[in-house]
Amino acid sequence: MYNHILSIILFTPLVGAVLLMLLPKENKDAIRWIGNIFGMLGFAVSLPLVPWFWALKDHAGFQFVEGAPNNWIPSIGAGYVIGIDGISFLLIMLTTLLGAVSILSSWNAIQERVKEYYVWFLVLQTGMLGVFMANDMFLFFVFWEAMLVPMYLLIGIWGGPRKLYAAIKFFLYTLFGSVLMLLGILFLYFHHQTLTGVYTFYLPDLYATAPKIGGHAAIWLFFAFFVGFAIKVPMFPFHTWLPDAHVEAPTAGSVILAGVLLKMGTYGLIRFSLPFFPAVAMTPWVRQFVVVLSLIAIIYGALVSLMQKDMKKLVAYSSVSHLGFCTLGIFALSPLGLSGSVLQQINHGISTGALFLIVGILYERRHTREISEYGGISNVMPVYATITLIMFMSSMGLPLLNGFVGEFTILQGTFMENKVWAAWAVPGVILAAAYLLWLYQRVFFGPVNNPKNEKLLDLSGRELATFIPLLIVAFWIGLYPKPFFQILSTPVNNLVATVRPDYPGLTKPVLAAQPVNPNPEAATPLPEPLKAPETQKPATTGDEQKPGVATKQRPVPVNTAKANLAAAPATLAK
Amino acid sequence: MTTSLTTFSLSYSWADYRLALPMLLLTVFALGILMIDLMLPAHWKRLNAITALIGVAFSSVAVVKLHLAYHAAEKQGIAVAAFSGFMGSLVVDRFAIYFFYLFLMGAGVAILMSMRYLEIEHENHGEFYALMLLSVVGMMCMAAGYDIVLIFIGLELMAISTYVLVGFLRRDKRSNEAALKYLLLGAFSSGIFAYGLSLFYGLTGSTNLGQIAQKLQEVIATRPNDPVVIFALLATTTGLLFKIAAVPFHQWAPDAYEGAPTSITGFMSVAVKSAGWAMLLRIFLFGLYPLRSMYVPLLIFVAIATMTGGNLAAITQDNLKRLLAYSSIAHVGYMLLGLIASDGQTNSTGIMAIMIYLLVYTFMNLGAFAVITSLRRRNIIGDTVDDIAGLYFKAPTEAILMLIFLLSLAGIPPLAGFWGKYFIFLSLIETGHYTLASIGVLYSVVGLYYYMRIANSMLMRQPIDAEPVHTRPAMRLALTITAVGTVVIGLFPNFFINVTNWSLGLVQGTQHMAGMLR
Repeated sequence: MYNHILSIILFTPLVGAVLLMLLPKENKDAIRWIGNIFGMLGFAVSLPLVPWFWALKDHAGFQFVEGAPNNWIPSIGAGYVIGIDGISFLLIMLTTLLGAVSILSSWNAIQERVKEYYVWFLVLQTGMLGVFMANDMFLFFVFWEAMLVPMYLLIGIWGGPRKLYAAIKFFLYTLFGSVLMLLGILFLYFHHQTLTGVYTFYLPDLYATAPKIGGHAAIWLFFAFFVGFAIKVPMFPFHTWLPDAHVEAPTAGSVILAGVLLKMGTYGLIRFSLPFFPAVAMTPWVRQFVVVLSLIAIIYGALVSLMQKDMKKLVAYSSVSHLGFCTLGIFALSPLGLSGSVLQQINHGISTGALFLIVGILYERRHTREISEYGGISNVMPVYATITLIMFMSSMGLPLLNGFVGEFTILQGTFMENKVWAAWAVPGVILAAAYLLWLYQRVFFGPVNNPKNEKLLDLSGRELATFIPLLIVAFWIGLYPKPFFQILSTPVNNLVATVRPDYPGLTKPVLAAQPVNPNPEAATPLPEPLKAPETQKPATTGDEQKPGVATKQRPVPVNTAKANLAAAPATLAK
Repeated sequence: MTTSLTTFSLSYSWADYRLALPMLLLTVFALGILMIDLMLPAHWKRLNAITALIGVAFSSVAVVKLHLAYHAAEKQGIAVAAFSGFMGSLVVDRFAIYFFYLFLMGAGVAILMSMRYLEIEHENHGEFYALMLLSVVGMMCMAAGYDIVLIFIGLELMAISTYVLVGFLRRDKRSNEAALKYLLLGAFSSGIFAYGLSLFYGLTGSTNLGQIAQKLQEVIATRPNDPVVIFALLATTTGLLFKIAAVPFHQWAPDAYEGAPTSITGFMSVAVKSAGWAMLLRIFLFGLYPLRSMYVPLLIFVAIATMTGGNLAAITQDNLKRLLAYSSIAHVGYMLLGLIASDGQTNSTGIMAIMIYLLVYTFMNLGAFAVITSLRRRNIIGDTVDDIAGLYFKAPTEAILMLIFLLSLAGIPPLAGFWGKYFIFLSLIETGHYTLASIGVLYSVVGLYYYMRIANSMLMRQPIDAEPVHTRPAMRLALTITAVGTVVIGLFPNFFINVTNWSLGLVQGTQHMAGMLR
């Protein structure tokens, strides 16, 4: 199990989806049970990763690597290689947790075409996990695009009144970004071939050659990738798909959309844009440009939130603002800014996910999200009101809760880089408090004016269960964020050392490019370090590997992609 | 190559007929169907389709035999010479074998699709299948022809059979209109094409592509801007572009596709189109290779116009067959990009991209047309976006398969269609055509929009009519073949990439041919 933990996590939801397909669609309760069991199972199988990864958290490079380069489509050099570092580890845990939570939250909300719903949801789950795990540019791209289809269907089939428009807008926008990225990937692929004579999409190999692209080409490439990721985040001028998609999507779809999908954009910036094009990212005007877009997103998103009459739209725009903090942290390009950014991504997943659940619960009872329809809800739904307050506090960044830690770290990291940037970001925090508290006041306080609201039921046990894990994580990060920072410090320091070799205080060598386990004699049964077959490797890169480890290395006897993809159920059975 | 000259003689031998065996078998079966049909009572007409399928199977076996013999001969290093016959006018090389498989695949699936459709249309005649087989014979001549006369005869055989097939629904006005339009424009373009070819014959004194290439080289060297050469090139290119329906010679396609019986539309969009491409590649990469620097700017213009015209026109279509017709025009635009990127001699990625594009297109487009064919019911023509509304509620399997075909056509990984586009863009990036690559990828986003309009209608709207959709076993088989092809090529393309690479082996053979036939 240890050696295949990532594949198990990746394919558990897909196995659930295949099982569900075999059930008769009339038996809705059985489908719901099995869907939920696999949602939970998806989270459960990811739990062993926590202690295992903790033991390896100080090792640079990708861990738990499975597969080998070029094993999927040898003729073009694409492989099924998956592996994680601290950043992807946290995002994977977030994905499995939110996946379980949002599947649980859909029990009553989805009454039509139940079977399909769970099938697509589980497929989506696999797609998202694949994006965070892929160590091969090509595999990444396949997951990145394939994942759009289930999300498109979730919005388009189970969405609100303008679902068709929202679904296709979401699909087109994100595809627009990713096709340009494909051209960028192909350029890197040929560039790697020119330098080394090897055709490969293997990520660590590309890490070695991509930064050597210079001049205008690098800037064009940076923006080819940037547009793809910025649309996904979404950054300021590319954000218009987000409110539509969020408002029309079913509750669980919104949770996943905000909680996980948006993080793929920021993850892409961290995983690809920065290490591929460090010189471009450090070019003053590029950095300034991205930071200004982030600042606009922070303030503009918050201001627009303030004006919303629809609760879900308000939360959607608040995402634009919060993600602005994340991109700001990334382009602060300091260890503090980057780790704050990743932590804030987790926080945003937790608190905004919860906010969408909160809106969804009211919507299920009243079928409206107009703020003016509500008032005095705290009188009829006290438990709900309490949880909402905590989650609002978390989202607006109150100390002791998770949002504070992330935003504070980002602001701190930004401040140390440029005081003006930090100064412009601060109003975002204040505005967040304004729109959330004002929303809370209008919905929960005062007398119950609308007679329809008098008989609203408080949270059921199932609904409460969806909030409990989110509350736990919110308090955990708020009170004791140290383990999270410990997990992040190695990959983040490596990244900063790659992008800014002159950054003070970082003496670590740049190891991020090599998935070599620097500590082969560790007691835990480590996965075999990954190494390309000798024939595929150019002679020059062989020297870069650690000499001490090289003797212990041997080609990993891994399953081919075929076996991995097709035999997922068999892997599970072990 | 002097040793191989011995296998070449000036009279026809049995070896020549062995090369033509796939075509001969198809012809025999086509004629057989015509005769058997006379004796069949009305309710036995299904036998015609089965006979045709058997013919396709026999022909496939013949191709496999040629394929194996080719492998054996290749090991001895005599491949090119041993497999050219009929005084060098027919060349069965890897390229041709690849296309033979493609045509037979397309024809086989189209026959499966037609069985029930013709019954509903009350047009269940043997001629239908006979014409289909004959058009495949024509296609094979186009793919294997190394002599412009043979290529032209093949083209006409295919085209005339197709004209009749398009107009096969005699009682349907649209079908008649389509056939007439196709016939008039097709004949006109064939005329221009023949004119261009005759000029090349005049310039070079040969009808053999290898010799034409050699002489053209000399002509270009002595008279770089000879107006006759330019005129001949323009006329030939016009004819070729017409056959693959590239803008601005695409006007016939939407009408012909809409009016034709749906299974024939599917057949035309894959097999007939592949044949057009086979002919185009043969002529551009072999005969007219010396003129490459002249036709590439032309092709750049045509490719951009084709992507623009096809994609933008498809957005507003409400008829599914018309929509897919425009989308297939757009696909031709992408494929042309491959020909711009690669010349087949110094770099063949783009040519390989076109070949694999045609392969995946055969599966996914035939699949899409198979689903549309199954929408034809007793009282419903079933070819508009509204007709497919709510298909999921009536026939979930067909709806999901259609979704797979549409996503594949839009080029979403990991489905087969992605690989076509992938290699096209790969070849463009490899050869430094960044602007063209950007235009191409952006148009593929437009493509997603109109494909998803169909998906929206199918999965997210309620059905408009209550008529159920039933599929017969033959149709199910057709759907299975195409769906499995689309998914398997998508997930595990390695084998197919290698096959396509293998099929390009001929490209180096040009000089051999020319030298051998002197």
